[in-house]
Amino acid sequence: MSVTPPLTTVRLRVNGREYAQEVPPRLLLSDFLRYRLGLTGTHVGCEHGVCGACTVQLDGEPIRSCLMLAIQADGADVTTVEGLAPGLDRLHPVQEAFRLEHALQCGFCTPGFLMTVTAFLREHPNASDEEIRRELAGHLCRCTGYQNIVRAVRRASLMLTGDSARATPGAAGDAPSAP
Amino acid sequence: MIGARIPRNEDPRLLRGLGCFVDDVNPAGVLHAVCYRSPHAHARLRGIDVSRARAVPGVHLVVTAAELGELNQPGPLLIPHPALTQPRTQRPLAVDEVRYVGETVAFVVADDRYVAEDAAGLIVADYEPLPVVIDAERALATGAPLVHGDVPSNRAARFSQRVGNPDQAFQQAAHVLRERLVIERSCGSPIEGRGVVAEYDPRSGVLRVWTSTQAPLPIKNGLARMFGLPEFQVEVIAPDVGGGFGTKIMLFYPEEVLVPWAAMRLGRPVKWTEDRREHLTAANQERGQIHDVELAVDGDGRILALRDHFIHDGGAYTPYGMVVPIITACQLPGPYRLRNYAVEFEVSYTNKVAVSPYRGAGRPHGAFVMERMIGLVAHTLGLEPAEVRRRNFIQVDEFPWDVGLTFQDGGPTRYDSGNYPAGLEMALERAGFATFRARQAEARHQGRCLGIGIGCYVEGTGIGPYEGAHVRVEPSGRVLVATGLTTQGQGHYTTFAQIVAEALGCDASEVTVITGDTRRFNWGAGTYASRALVTSGNAVHIAAQEVRTKALRIAARLLEASPADLELADGRVRVKGVPGRDLTLGALATVADPIRYAYSKEAADAALRLVKPRSGAVLADGEAPGLEAFGYYAPPQATFASGCHVAIVEVDPGTGEVTLLRYVVQHDCGTIVNPTIVEGQILGGVAQGIGGALYEKIVYDEAGQPLTTTYMDFLMPTAMEIPEIEIVHLETPSPLNPLGIKGVGEAGAIPGPAVLAEAIEDALRPLGVSIREMPLSPNRIRELIERAERSTT
Amino acid sequence: MKPPAFEYVAVASTEEAVAQLAAHGDDARLLAGGQSLMPILNMRLATPGRLVDLNRVRTLSYIVERAGGVAIGAMTRQRTVERSEFVAAAVPLLAEALPWVGHTAIRNRGTIGGSLAHADPAAELPAVAVCLDARLTLRGPAGERTLAAREFFRGYLTTALAPTELLAEVWFPSALPGTGAAWIEFARRYGDYALVGVAAVVTLEGSTVRRASLAVTGVDGVPVRAVDAERLLIGAPLSAESMAAAAESVRRTLEPQDDIHATAAYRRHLAGILTVRALTRAGDRARLA
Repeated sequence: MSVTPPLTTVRLRVNGREYAQEVPPRLLLSDFLRYRLGLTGTHVGCEHGVCGACTVQLDGEPIRSCLMLAIQADGADVTTVEGLAPGLDRLHPVQEAFRLEHALQCGFCTPGFLMTVTAFLREHPNASDEEIRRELAGHLCRCTGYQNIVRAVRRASLMLTGDSARATPGAAGDAPSAP
Repeated sequence: MIGARIPRNEDPRLLRGLGCFVDDVNPAGVLHAVCYRSPHAHARLRGIDVSRARAVPGVHLVVTAAELGELNQPGPLLIPHPALTQPRTQRPLAVDEVRYVGETVAFVVADDRYVAEDAAGLIVADYEPLPVVIDAERALATGAPLVHGDVPSNRAARFSQRVGNPDQAFQQAAHVLRERLVIERSCGSPIEGRGVVAEYDPRSGVLRVWTSTQAPLPIKNGLARMFGLPEFQVEVIAPDVGGGFGTKIMLFYPEEVLVPWAAMRLGRPVKWTEDRREHLTAANQERGQIHDVELAVDGDGRILALRDHFIHDGGAYTPYGMVVPIITACQLPGPYRLRNYAVEFEVSYTNKVAVSPYRGAGRPHGAFVMERMIGLVAHTLGLEPAEVRRRNFIQVDEFPWDVGLTFQDGGPTRYDSGNYPAGLEMALERAGFATFRARQAEARHQGRCLGIGIGCYVEGTGIGPYEGAHVRVEPSGRVLVATGLTTQGQGHYTTFAQIVAEALGCDASEVTVITGDTRRFNWGAGTYASRALVTSGNAVHIAAQEVRTKALRIAARLLEASPADLELADGRVRVKGVPGRDLTLGALATVADPIRYAYSKEAADAALRLVKPRSGAVLADGEAPGLEAFGYYAPPQATFASGCHVAIVEVDPGTGEVTLLRYVVQHDCGTIVNPTIVEGQILGGVAQGIGGALYEKIVYDEAGQPLTTTYMDFLMPTAMEIPEIEIVHLETPSPLNPLGIKGVGEAGAIPGPAVLAEAIEDALRPLGVSIREMPLSPNRIRELIERAERSTT
Repeated sequence: MKPPAFEYVAVASTEEAVAQLAAHGDDARLLAGGQSLMPILNMRLATPGRLVDLNRVRTLSYIVERAGGVAIGAMTRQRTVERSEFVAAAVPLLAEALPWVGHTAIRNRGTIGGSLAHADPAAELPAVAVCLDARLTLRGPAGERTLAAREFFRGYLTTALAPTELLAEVWFPSALPGTGAAWIEFARRYGDYALVGVAAVVTLEGSTVRRASLAVTGVDGVPVRAVDAERLLIGAPLSAESMAAAAESVRRTLEPQDDIHATAAYRRHLAGILTVRALTRAGDRARLA
């Protein structure tokens, strides 16, 4: 027979806004964000930490929200995909780069990618393609084959470092250097 | 607009996290459901005790077969066929026997998923384990345990097709080559699993269901039937769908029946969201086949005849009929001249989850078999595999080419257009084939194993029955498009908008496309078999053309010009060469709807005309108000896309690891509406093809227990495993539809196993390794190397 | 896949943690980074009555130099250790193995102690600990005790930790002069647990191998320290022949199991190949050190 432990108040900031709610200990952070706060942009794909769809930023660092209890986020600063765009009329440069490079198809895995990529580019503003792919390996996408996501990250890094002249689109089919 | 690489209309919303997937749908008071599933692959269900589950606080309902009553019928046989003599479908809840691990036995509805899982954990069922059969071939053998007690030899179907005179051709052949080729089970595994939300409003009598499906219209009609409701009182919505890949074309999964039933029973909305373990055990799977194939060739490597017998693993039930093996049989000939062909398949029941299409839907198997045999011919005769292909291609002047078989849609397997020889040359050129053999030889000197593989295929796309579209221009100038089929990421919100924008001379961003909502469009089948752009695309085109014609007619009258002197551009109709003499589409839409009330300036102009003296009705005989049209497109038969992939690999003979050095795709899907979106489809398909060749395999143990139930065990490739893919386009428009388009949704996934099998075999040729199975792990490659070593010592 | 119900307490000190374990014993589980435990709970493969959350215990998170090595508090995040230049210089094997542990998001929460205490037989950190003869400090109601890594790992997902003990710290010796280390791993996908992983440390004096450590993960319930192979290497130059002999010894020592990802024979075979690769790289680095 299951235990019914007492509810505890969790206080945290999500996308810059303060929240306080009573939660049972076992409520996952992913479910807290989606159901208690109505922030359904964070998606759930596996609940064992592999697919990355549930990735949010905790105090700026990407983490799997399906592997954290909501109660553990007490006092934390959480950023979800809903907190990326600076306004209703503008997208974050990483979002814009994804849009321009067709780096999403069904869009289900996308928020997780965005939360990893925005943090990654902060720490590695001039990452190589190999470094980009290593970082992206923590996220599963079934639609895109990853290629356009790599291009989007590359493009976003150029946009963020102000190198707009080089941040130009390219079609799939451009030949890579011969192996 | 058609042919333009524009960014997608749907992206800003999705990028902001404003997508609405099934689990994001939360009607007020929604309850959460969990399925209690069989832990046994085969067992008699002697009894079930749900009393402790019912007693858990927060549980609203626990139902077993006994309580489900009349609703608990075996599901519909979705695609019957005369050769499917022993079809069996699954009941929503098992009555007295379970036939695969994961089969639904009870349904729990509670305040939240956590409590529902607590309750499900307290259900106690009395199972008497029965013998299990897992291997599709052993299932057909005498004495095998029976999955269904009344289906002899577990044989659901046996179907033969024949073209020409294969037996005679075999007798006259210079060479007869035989192989046994095996493809193992896999699954679609979209990142969003399945899910269903239902609510019933007794005040309106409307049952509304959101389901992550590829075909809401048949579900609507089926649910209406099942629940005794008029169709117009059932609404089925496929909201944003996080990938389908065929897994979600299966209709009336048990949960799609149980959730609406529970919602109606409880008078509360109910939601069921699949978790990953459920998906990898209870969502339909595909890909398992065993082929015994013989090929007869002449001394020059020209194919004279082919005979194939294969066993198709159907799983425990056959709700989707035998569509997948039929497609295998019909698509196996590929782009080659095959005048004498005999193919027979048997569908066997096994104690595993049922099989229904997964991207490729039988074509990957066919391509694997044919391409392996091509490779065998090449090796036997000492020819380049590319040369064997050249000698056997259907030539450009031989279209239409009738394979001689009936395709999955009942129509002929008749290739309408294509250019296979040019496609091969494009792919080889792009892959640098001209210098490859020299590089390969040099690498061999250094002890490195490089190999090149080719995979050609033909894909029947755009089958019927039909699709429809509704196009309407609003007074604001915004255009609404609705169609019955769905979207799972293919960009319909953009490509259909481009087709309309082309017809109406407006911008694609001004066009809002709605798909998969039965409230908005009542007719159509669904998104499957690479058909959406061909069928709905052409229907959208037809409807948009009709709107265009009406707009020109109204404008001609108002601008006092003849329609021939008018053009559509920038959202306006204007007189050619006379700047300023134009009307917006929105104004024309306003004028076309004479409703008397002036709610805007444009409406005022129209309303004024109504109060002036006139004679006759405001709507002519047979004329409808507004700028609106419905269009339908029923293709005469499939339209055949094609492609050729070339891959260069390096195999580490010590570890068996395969590194993809280069991967080139040449494809032909006819006229291209949005090249970026087409390429995206190919890239995603190729990733699944590579996954299916080197990583993904569904494994069951001898007791029928699934062993690949998490993403740690079912291995989907990441960005580190999928290389840069290069795409070259060839366009042979389809002569069969107005837009000249062919489907491309499955293309990328079709030849993956074929091309990589050839490349790996080519790399390991000096070691004498033959590749006859898919998928291949480094472990397995290493075993094949060791086996080849032992056989030469 | 939602966790079963449990009581939950977030302790603020190791004393509190130990007191909780003493009171609840087998029925309590320690929650560190959660990257191993949460999937287990989500899949309901374990149903502890109480979770004792260590994430508020600040005193368990540190990286300090001590006694010719580096002491790392058990709750130090893997990512923190990965980013530490000090660790990269002092314990290069650890720094090299860490990026192979899952992915960034996993390492942002996962802890050094958590990975060691979980003792997955295909994990990287246990093999590193065994290779370097790390020393692990356990704390319980009776006080503290320190074990060598080889004594700590007992079997499949089993360590020397009593139900009332927690892992408080792991100490790694700093690399000696003339030492080179290498971590080589073979996994099906980047970031997965290793099918086989080999940690090699070689200390050269001139061209002679003075010390050699070889540990293999993925081939047994615990990381295997290939002492016979090490003996073959010590006292002689590091050559293709000696490495081949070491590899053969490693292959003979191992008794892996079949599973759906690899056969026993393949794991054994891989272990030999990776041994040579790891020794080669470690030797190259030793010559430069």
